Amino acid sequence: MSSATEPEVDFRTSPSEYRHWHFEVQPPRATVTMNVDPSGGLRNDYELKMNSYDLSVDIELADLIQRLRFEYPEVSVVVLTGGLDKVFCAGANIQMLASASHGHKVNFCKFTNETRNSIEDATDHSQQVWLAAVNGTAAGGGYELALACDEVLLVDDRSSAVSLPEIPLLAVLPGTGGLTRLVEKRHVRRDLADAFSTRSEGMRGQAAVDWRLVDRLSPASRFSELIDSRVANRAASSDRPANGVGLALTPLPRKIDGDDMTWSTVSVSIDRTTGTAEIMIAGPKTSQPATAADLANMGADAWLVSAARELDDAILHLRFNEPAVGTWVLRSSGDPTRVLEAESLFSGTDSDHWLVREVRLLWTRTLKRLDVSARTLVAVVEPGSCAVGLLAELVLAADRSFMLDGTWEDADESPPPATIMITSTNLGRLPMSNGLSRLATRFWGRDDAYAVAAATEGKELLAADAAAAELVTMTPDDLDWHDDLRLMVEGRQSFSPDAVTGMEANFRFVGPETMETKIFGRLSAWQNWIFQRPNAVGPEGALQRFGSGSRPEFDPRRV
Amino acid sequence: MSSVDIDAKIPNNVDLAGDRRLQRALEQWQPKFIRWWEDLGPSAFKRNQVYLRTAINVGRDGWANFDHVEMPDYRWGVFLAEQDPDRTIAFGEHKGLPAWQEVPGEYRSELRRLIVVQGDTEPASVEQQRHLSLTAPSLYDMRNLFQVNVEEGRHLWAMVYLLHRYFGRDGRDDADEMLERHSGDPDNPRILGAFNEETPDWLSFFMFTYFTDRDGKYQLASLRESAFDPLSRTCDFMLKEEAYHMFVGASGVGRVVQRTVELMHQHDTDDIHQYGGINLDLLQKYINFHYSVSLDLFGAETSTNAANYFGAGLKGRYQEEGRDDDHVLANATRLVPSVEDGVISQREVSQLVALNETLREDYTQDCRKGLERWNRALAASGIDTKLELPHIGFNRQVGAFSGYEVSPRGRLVDDDQWAKQVDSWLPTDGERAHVTSLMRGVTEPGKMASWVAPPAQGIHQQPLDYDYVRT
Repeated sequence: MSSATEPEVDFRTSPSEYRHWHFEVQPPRATVTMNVDPSGGLRNDYELKMNSYDLSVDIELADLIQRLRFEYPEVSVVVLTGGLDKVFCAGANIQMLASASHGHKVNFCKFTNETRNSIEDATDHSQQVWLAAVNGTAAGGGYELALACDEVLLVDDRSSAVSLPEIPLLAVLPGTGGLTRLVEKRHVRRDLADAFSTRSEGMRGQAAVDWRLVDRLSPASRFSELIDSRVANRAASSDRPANGVGLALTPLPRKIDGDDMTWSTVSVSIDRTTGTAEIMIAGPKTSQPATAADLANMGADAWLVSAARELDDAILHLRFNEPAVGTWVLRSSGDPTRVLEAESLFSGTDSDHWLVREVRLLWTRTLKRLDVSARTLVAVVEPGSCAVGLLAELVLAADRSFMLDGTWEDADESPPPATIMITSTNLGRLPMSNGLSRLATRFWGRDDAYAVAAATEGKELLAADAAAAELVTMTPDDLDWHDDLRLMVEGRQSFSPDAVTGMEANFRFVGPETMETKIFGRLSAWQNWIFQRPNAVGPEGALQRFGSGSRPEFDPRRV
Repeated sequence: MSSVDIDAKIPNNVDLAGDRRLQRALEQWQPKFIRWWEDLGPSAFKRNQVYLRTAINVGRDGWANFDHVEMPDYRWGVFLAEQDPDRTIAFGEHKGLPAWQEVPGEYRSELRRLIVVQGDTEPASVEQQRHLSLTAPSLYDMRNLFQVNVEEGRHLWAMVYLLHRYFGRDGRDDADEMLERHSGDPDNPRILGAFNEETPDWLSFFMFTYFTDRDGKYQLASLRESAFDPLSRTCDFMLKEEAYHMFVGASGVGRVVQRTVELMHQHDTDDIHQYGGINLDLLQKYINFHYSVSLDLFGAETSTNAANYFGAGLKGRYQEEGRDDDHVLANATRLVPSVEDGVISQREVSQLVALNETLREDYTQDCRKGLERWNRALAASGIDTKLELPHIGFNRQVGAFSGYEVSPRGRLVDDDQWAKQVDSWLPTDGERAHVTSLMRGVTEPGKMASWVAPPAQGIHQQPLDYDYVRT
């Protein structure tokens, strides 16, 4: 299926528009109930039966996770449960997977992985702990959703099971981190993980506890008591304020005019001949909140909040709706001192305030989204850019970066030359999925080079200094600038997008492995290979044959 | 235990005496079964002598031995229909290949699931009916209840045998859990919702054996087609016993109809409540309830599981071999009911995914036969009223009609209309209370309760006033 027949995806939503989720806040708890509308999917050629999901379900979940973090400081425990009888969640919808294009499947899995990771991020860093109250069977992606929670509570009714039936039934992998989390997070012994993942009916009751697949069990009549006691226990150790005032995530303004899209601070402009999208982030135009209280007062209109949300929306829009636009050129414009003012919250006296922390984590996640986007990332620093601290991070995230040496010579009034500045923000406040800052990742194994670059903290660097500190790739002057940039972009466009994506992904995640890098690297790479194989997606493959009454036919040769 | 002892204790035709492993497994399970029977089997008359039929072998003479026994001493046996050594698979992808004598590893969990779901209903119905003996309308009926109960127990044995013999450790665990789940226990419910409701009175019992046990018959009949030969042979033999359960239901409802007609004529009125009878319109409401609840047991109209089971040869259609098609159904389609844009209509789907609907249709036709018989009895007595099956969309919680309200005549109605009319379609609390008030145990041989006519004949050529249960 070509992308043309897949509907345009809009990631913006809000609780009044949810079709699949319901939540109830009773501080310190929020209860999130999955109740998927079978006819509410993205396309109408499948039905989302038994709490199975497609992207539309996950878009709402991602929104909900974000909202609970920002809008409900008083919530320190989130209980995730199912709204159906006997079924918690049946995982990703199989008809949807069978009929979706390869690209959609890959992007869908990536987004759902990011959403699961954001559940863990909320638990670990926002101290908003997610507990899975598995009140029915959790199969495949349903169990993976539970695995993303910090505790898995399972009802013991002699029929509710947790399972990963993908391998025996569908000839694919559990695509949202299930295999990784079994062994990396829950420390399930590898031979038991093997037995569990090849057993379509899964495990239940005490055996599921013994195998470390779930944490606690309770009969149905005492299940709510168990949940209550876990909520009380976890809420007691959270630092979230009982009387904080939430920040409302107001609807994102977005205008689309042909190939131009504008939000309040972010704009995107697509050039289809070169397959390029220019992503421009405008720096703050007014003075920025100096305290958490000021930030809360400005709400979602504060630049620090709106720029991150809009960049996130732009990334998702381009990922799903513009697959043929292979290169993203990242630019910024504005007054660098305003950016410094805005990000000073991250290092100031309010840096531990829940809202400031939340905004920093939002930037962390958004930049991670950039890291795992299968696009060539090119950063450009020109006169008028504000590539300092937070926005210098875009330069460090890019596969290649260009910084103008000097200024535009032909302009009537030559602007001041381009500068770049490393701040404490770049030195560990926005870690990548490997746990390191982008700067540390850049200089992995070269402590001296890292020390040199880090020592420029707070200094306005001209192109030559930036090149000396190894912060940028190329520093052409006015004469060569346009050609160098054009040749790089055109050259990129002539390569196989698959090979280029593979190369970029290998270079971006230097250094140590974490559960996240394993999910996005190892698990996803294997899955994306399996998604291309006839054993899964061929006419006789398991995904196509599932539910047809015909058995899949496998090519028995191991590759 | 010597081989003679084991065969006497557990009559069987599976060479239990020669299979040490199976013997050990069943010897461990049997005391648990007896304990379950004592705890959750019939709550009264536990140690009375009951005139029961016991299967001691599968031959013509062996499967129906009548004698007075105390139920806990009933010899629950393990019987499979005779093996046909040349049997081949009749449908699906493996059609034409020899039937399987062992479980293929590939289908291990699906077959186990099918057996567990079927097996779970057997003890469930015993639990649902455990208090009914106290209000039996006659000793004849009490004996029939117990006959049904012990045979449901034997059907559990049949399924447990398969689990023990063919499914290893998982199968043994499943066999134990059959005794650990209990009907209506919120913490350990039976698998299917309908089997967690108590059977509250004898009219419900007759309806249950007519409508719900008939679902069981159709499930067993489709499992009889299974490529897994031991399952097929087990179900084949179970169906012989199941036929009697159908008879209890069909004749039971028939006797209620007959008694109702007698009272209507005797008192020259349709409203015979005050004379200890059950009005025809209330019978209709009970039919509406039990038929619609039983339809839900077949599952949704379209089911990928059903397609998978068929393709794999695990579960066929009713009387698969008698059907005039290729038994593979790769490209065949059919219509299934649906509700679209507020209208009841049909949509075309592959036959493979619609197998639940196909089985449900066969079931509906079979249900209709009893109603025709009861209606003939009504007509013969000069009564115009006819008992009817409600529309398949009426009172459904599963499938295309769930979420919609449909009248018994098949009209979509809104919530308001439903609320206004539901009391004329389903038994009200008051009506159920009336039925309950009629339920008084009758234990004098040959006597009948006020609301039901005596049967045409006794059991196994015994007279009606025979002491079917020695009280």
